[in-house]
This record gives sequence, C-alpha cells and structure tokens, in this order.
Amino acid sequence: MLELSDYNVSYGQSRVISDFNLTVPDNEIVAIMGRNGMGKTTLLKSLIGMIPMEGSIRLNGVELSGCKSHKRVKSGLGFVPQGRMIFSTMTVKENIETGLTAVGGGSVPSDLYDLFPVLHEMRKRRGGNLSGGQQQQLAIARALASNPRVLILDEPTEGIQPSIIKDIAKTLREIRDARNLTILLSEQVLSFALDIADRILVIEKGEIVHDDPRDSVDENKVASYLAV
Amino acid sequence: MFQGYTAAELTSIFAMQGFAGLSLFSVFVLMALGLAIIFGQMGVINMAHGEFMILGAYVTYLTSNFFSEHLSSMFSLYFFVAMILAFIAAALLGALVEWVLIRHLYRRPLDTLLATWGLSLILQQGYRTIFGAREVGVTLPDWLMGSYAITDMIEVPVNGLFVMCLTILITIGVYLVMQKSRLGKQTRAVVQNRAMAGAVGINTEKVDRFTFALGCGIAGIAGSAFTMIGSTGPTAGQLYIVDTFLVVVFGGASNLLGTVASAFTISQAQSTMEFFLSGSMAKVLTLLTVVGILMLRPQGLFTLKIRS
Ligand SMILES: Nc1ncnc2c1ncn2[C@@H]1O[C@H](COP(=O)(O)OP(=O)(O)O)[C@@H](O)[C@H]1O
Ligand SMILES: [Mg+2]
Repeated sequence: MLELSDYNVSYGQSRVISDFNLTVPDNEIVAIMGRNGMGKTTLLKSLIGMIPMEGSIRLNGVELSGCKSHKRVKSGLGFVPQGRMIFSTMTVKENIETGLTAVGGGSVPSDLYDLFPVLHEMRKRRGGNLSGGQQQQLAIARALASNPRVLILDEPTEGIQPSIIKDIAKTLREIRDARNLTILLSEQVLSFALDIADRILVIEKGEIVHDDPRDSVDENKVASYLAV
Repeated sequence: MFQGYTAAELTSIFAMQGFAGLSLFSVFVLMALGLAIIFGQMGVINMAHGEFMILGAYVTYLTSNFFSEHLSSMFSLYFFVAMILAFIAAALLGALVEWVLIRHLYRRPLDTLLATWGLSLILQQGYRTIFGAREVGVTLPDWLMGSYAITDMIEVPVNGLFVMCLTILITIGVYLVMQKSRLGKQTRAVVQNRAMAGAVGINTEKVDRFTFALGCGIAGIAGSAFTMIGSTGPTAGQLYIVDTFLVVVFGGASNLLGTVASAFTISQAQSTMEFFLSGSMAKVLTLLTVVGILMLRPQGLFTLKIRS
C-alpha cells in the first residue's frame, strides 16, 4: 500500500503539489490525469526522490520521506520517467543492468526478455538507437529489474504510435497480474487510461479534483478537465 | 635551429628524443586519465591531482628503500610492489578527501577548485613535514637501467619502454573496468544522467567516491612512473598539473583515445624541442601551439560523436 499524506512539492516559492492525501492499495492501477503543467511530472518525480518533497510517503508502512532515490528504489518503488530517459550511449543490456543495482546485480533475468522479446534481439545495440516504442519498453524493463512493488510511469504513451499504445496497456496489465504490482501512472490520453486503470484521478493546479473507480467514472466530466 | 646537423643525425636525434619522451608520455597519460575520469563523473577539477601523483612517488621511494634494506634479494621486483602500493595509498587518500571535502561541494565548481587548490597546499606542507624539503630519488633495479641500441646512433631507454607498456596495460585495464564492471557501468550511467541513475537504484554517492578514488589511484601510479624521470619533492607535482590540464583540454575531455594521442603529441613535442632549445622555451612553444590549435578547434583535437 502506498500512502501519501499532507504531501507538498514546491519549486522554491511556488507550490506545485499542495496537501495531497492519497492511498493506493496493493495491486491497483491508478491513472493520474491532468493537462500539461498541472503537476503530474512534479508529483511522480518527487515520489522517486528526484525532486524534494514535504510530508509523508509510506510504502507498506515504511516511511520514505527522508530517503534518497536509490533507497526508495531499494524499498520497492520503480520509475519510468516522461521521455523515457534511457542511458542512450549504453547498450540495451547495460541499461537493464543499471536497474539490477538495487537487487545486487547479476545478469538480466530471462523473464524480462520474455516480456519484451525485442529487447533481447537488440540487447547489444545502444539505447539511443532504439525507436520510441522500444525505448519505452526498455525503460519499463529497467524499472522492473529492481523488482519494485509499485511501478510509477509518467505519460507512458507520449510520442508513441497509437497501435503500440494498445500493446503497452495490455503488457502493463499482464505485468501487474504476474507480479502483483501496484501501478501509478500519469496520462493525458483518456482512452488509454480507461483501458488500463482501475481508478482515475484528475489533478488540477496541484490538487486532486476528481477520484473515481474506473467502472463508475463519468467520462465526459474527466474529458472536460482535459480539454484545453 | 637545425643547422649544423646532417640529415642522418637529425633522424637519430628525433628518434632518441622521442624514445626519451616515453616516460613523460606515460606520466601524462596516467595523470590525464585520472583527471578526466574525475572531471567527467562529477565536474570536479582536481587541483590537487599533482599532489596525489607525488604521494605515489613518495610511496615508490619508501618501497624502494624498504626493499633495499630488508628485501635486497628481491630488489629487482620492488617496482611492481611500489606501483600497487602507490595506487592503494593514493586511492585511499582520494576516497577520504571525497568523503571529507568534495561531496559537500558538488555543483559548486568554483568552490571545488578553491578547495582542491587548498588541499594541494596542505598536502605539499604535509610532504615537507614528513619527508623534508630535499628532493629524493629512487634507485632503479639493474634490469631497468641502460638501453637497447637499435642502431649505432639510436638507443631506447629500457625504463621508458617498460613504463610505457605498463601505461598501456593500465589504460586498457581502466577501459575494461569502465566498460565491463558493475561499478564502471554505474559510473557511466551517472555520467549520462545523474538524477535518472539514482532513480533506477544506483547509489550515486558511492559511485562518486569510487570514481574519485580511482582517478587519484591512477595519479598514484603516475607517481611511480614519475620517479623514473624526475626527483620527488614536495612541490614537484605542481609542475605537472598544468601540463596535464593541457593534455586533457587538447585531447578533448572524456575521450580516452584523444587523451592518449594528445599526451603523445605534447610529450614528444616537448622532448624533441628540449634538445634544440632550452626547456622553458620548449614549453612556451608547446603552449603556443596548443593554444593556437584550440582557437581553431575549441572542442579539442578529438571529440566523440554521440547521438543524443
Ligand atoms: N524545474 C522547475 N522549476 C520551476 N517550475 C517548474 C519546474 N518544472 C516544472 N515547473 C512548473 O510546475 C508546474 C507543473 O509542471 P509539471 O509537473 O511538469 O506538469 P505536468 O507533468 O502535469 O505537465 C508547471 O507550472 C511548471 O511550469
Ligand atoms: Mg509531465
């Protein structure tokens, strides 16, 4: 269970996330929706410790607020950033290996390659030479390598062909089922969120303005939040 | 400056001076390698790098003394032991300095410059207190003395060849550590994207300490090589730090091959010109040439093309 309470994130004086209180139960897929600039990236980066936050973040009861990024990964958070941010001059295999650091290294587990066969084919290529969709798979594999309890993805569909977006939704659900993962992702594409999530949140100006289970979600209302 | 020499004489002078410059080349490569690794990893310019080299030189001196007093039967092997000890000593001091000083100053380049410069003064004074202000030299084992005569006129110093081979081995070793080892891969990830490296689970502080220690340790080995071309004194490192910066900048930072080529060019130019001109005049000419080339190619002679 991931719990945020009295959670705040600021850049200097300007507060971007204010007084978040959020509980994500195990095994749930939560989509955080919101237009550009509403604070999705800020929230997710702060969860993994790339941006300082205030308040409390607990994973299965363990407080992570004072922890550096690598400790948070070790405690069970995995992160797939917006724009993938793979290590472009390193090979595909080496990229995945960086994710193994938190679990003591070793060689890339074969089940990761089973999930993403294309990464096995391309394991000796430099990450920077992969297509957008392949890079996204690589970023997910790299995050999964640390065997997280909660997988955090920031706009995983950004810049990816519609045909591949369907695959990503399917794969993520499979991964959740196979590994009993909790998934927290940010999204602007409503159809993808409806496809994958069990629960849909909308944030606006750093506050949660909408929080509904997938089955009872009012699509028009969410769409109106996303309209520019 | 060449008049009065026949063509054959000139050829052999160039060859001789070239071979004489091998040790200098080795010192440059090792120093530049350490400096560039540290700079590439954490953007820290280590002004005390020359003093880490001198630490290695003193360790070599101590080892040579110890062997000649207590293990004289194995004196011929002391240099190998000395190199390993020099590496360890300089790496340990490096790790300590990183922990006490550098890690508090990351992302403050001017402060690290000042702090490491201050450190260099502290170390110099420390050496003066411990070893005295007089310069010390090591005795080379017999097999490192002398030279091979290739022709009647051209002779190659054995120690220069030996140190160059070692340098090549160490350079390859460092390359392999960076490419293959777990810490090496983590280092490359941190160099590419520090925040992201942390977010995939890499302890970037540990990687920083490792890199700094590795860079300083290589400087320690440079110190071992240095004992073959100069005598070791508290401030001897100062003379080399400027040349090393020159090598790094000229080679284009963070490029192994560029560093080696640039070290070769500068050491050879210096060594050859020293035969015809005074030492300081040779330095001035080298410096002017490098500055001239850098004005044409600010990114250095060699730069790696990486797609972003
Ligand atoms: N490094 C930064 N410094 C200051 N303000 C920032 C920084 N990054 C983002 N912001 C601001 O924070 C707000 C939220 O941005 P972001 O979290 O990137 O939103 P989203 O991911 O939802 O598009 C925006 O108003 C943006 O201008
Ligand atoms: Mg964003």
